[in-house]
Amino acid sequence: MTTAAPRRDTTVLTRALGRTPHYVVAASLAVIFLFPLLWNAWASVSGQPGTAQQSGYGFGNYRTLLDYDAGLWRYLLNSTIVSALTVALTLGVSLLGGYAFARFDFPGRNLLFLLTLAILMVPYATLLIPLYVLLGRLHLENSLIGLSLVLAMFQLPFATFMMRISFEAVPRELEESALVDGCGTAGALRRVLLPAVRPGLITVGLFAFLAAWNDFIAPLILISDSEKAPLPLAVANLRQQSMGAVDYGATEAGVVVLAVPCLLLFLLLQRHYIRGFMSGALKG
Amino acid sequence: MQVKAPDRTAAEPRTPPHRPSPAAVPSRWRSRTAKGLAYAAPTAVFVAVFFLLPLLLVGQMSLSDWPLLAGDRGLNAPENYTDITGSTLFRPAIRFTLLYTVIVTAVLLALALGLALLVQESRPGAGFFRTVYFLPSALGLASASLLFWGLYSPTTGPLSRLLEKLGLVDDPVSFLGTPTSALLSTVFLIVWKFAGFYMLILLVGLQRIPHEVYEAARMDGASRGQIFRSITLPLLRPSLALCLLLCVTGSLLAFDQFFILTKGGPDNSTVTVVQLIYREAFQRLNLGTAAALSIVVLAVLLLLNALQFRGLRHTDDS
Repeated sequence: MTTAAPRRDTTVLTRALGRTPHYVVAASLAVIFLFPLLWNAWASVSGQPGTAQQSGYGFGNYRTLLDYDAGLWRYLLNSTIVSALTVALTLGVSLLGGYAFARFDFPGRNLLFLLTLAILMVPYATLLIPLYVLLGRLHLENSLIGLSLVLAMFQLPFATFMMRISFEAVPRELEESALVDGCGTAGALRRVLLPAVRPGLITVGLFAFLAAWNDFIAPLILISDSEKAPLPLAVANLRQQSMGAVDYGATEAGVVVLAVPCLLLFLLLQRHYIRGFMSGALKG
Repeated sequence: MQVKAPDRTAAEPRTPPHRPSPAAVPSRWRSRTAKGLAYAAPTAVFVAVFFLLPLLLVGQMSLSDWPLLAGDRGLNAPENYTDITGSTLFRPAIRFTLLYTVIVTAVLLALALGLALLVQESRPGAGFFRTVYFLPSALGLASASLLFWGLYSPTTGPLSRLLEKLGLVDDPVSFLGTPTSALLSTVFLIVWKFAGFYMLILLVGLQRIPHEVYEAARMDGASRGQIFRSITLPLLRPSLALCLLLCVTGSLLAFDQFFILTKGGPDNSTVTVVQLIYREAFQRLNLGTAAALSIVVLAVLLLLNALQFRGLRHTDDS
């Protein structure tokens, strides 16, 4: 007993020492990954010459943002409208489409599924030039609705694949018992299947929101009116505002406003986010 | 072509819970077909209107004289294609995009693999480090580019001041001032932003390797280096191939980071191909040449995807 105890202590000690380089490397990397985020948050509230917050700490830069051009609230509203519409469209279309592909047999089923996945193979920029012309013909130019339709289309490959495998994972008996009980297919979808595929819907919704909230090139090309710009475009435009003088402070505040919803959503819904990776849907 | 989703359940004939009368079968089957079509209709409309139609339109535009403001002025093939290959920025943009893709892919995949190996074991704190490395990936690319634009500022950015305080440099550093430094600074931003994303894909791949394989190798006295070379790397190939595909495609289509961070400068040294499309369309106001350039990018990407897809499927078989 008495001889064994110290020996065990030394093995614990050597094991801890053996791990130390691992933790030193992991922690140094963590500092590098966290530093830009933390610095930006700090810089947005600290004093800098050439910004609204000349000295000390405060929210001067955020006040600049509130008053910039159409105002922060307007841009936040634009971004919220585009994100909400994109999420709603993506969820609606992929819920029905996933149900159709997983449970029904109809002519053109495989072709349509392949065409939906083929959206992934075509570069974003290649489609945006003709979409600019096409939305003009549909009288949806310079409109948040047109932008949302385009963003939802780009989400469809991932969303449809995700919803299809979600429906396929639900046991058939569940749906059939509902059909026997006199539900139509719509009733079975609403009462029985919808709760069963909810995790898939959350994952699809999360990816659609993050894509719509952060997208830059689609609004850059499709929205010409600065009143209708979503937040990323507005913050990027803000840099060039007054006579070539750059306002770093206001930009840093803008980055915080852009980043906080994404980081919060990710931390809250981490499990659903990871599911998107596990599903193999990324392989499209 | 093959679809990844298992088709088995959907292809099976439906077994009705109670046997319907023979006359009811066709009408019931018809109604199920009709319902399937109805549920798939919104997807079909989206794919037709916002994907297939633009794809046809971009082809037509690339063969037409199509100024941004005047609209379609009729066919002029192949003028748009000769125009873009003759433009002074065409070759430099392709060269730069390729160089950028090679550097980003090499650095990003090496670091992502390192990170995945670092946090794969369930040591205390592994979950925390995973989350921290992944955090930048939750940000948008435009937001990250705006963040680094401030970070790299020679006047107010912390990096330049830090280097000055350490005595490494005498004057403020211009991270975006020369072609080389602008390229490397952008690479650093992209690696910071995406390393966690690729780490996660590789972690999923690592977790699919059965434990028994490692144990058997250890029993046979294999060293850590041997295990990494002859077990981890080969079994991780499908995940690595997926990362390669996503990273190469993403880098070839780079836009946001250069549009925001370097604006293509200095001296047009960091103009990528997609930036060239944007310039043709909205600065030179020529949608015809922009469409022609889009078709070229599409062709290159399809070719590349086909090659890598074959590689991916090959590794999946093993």
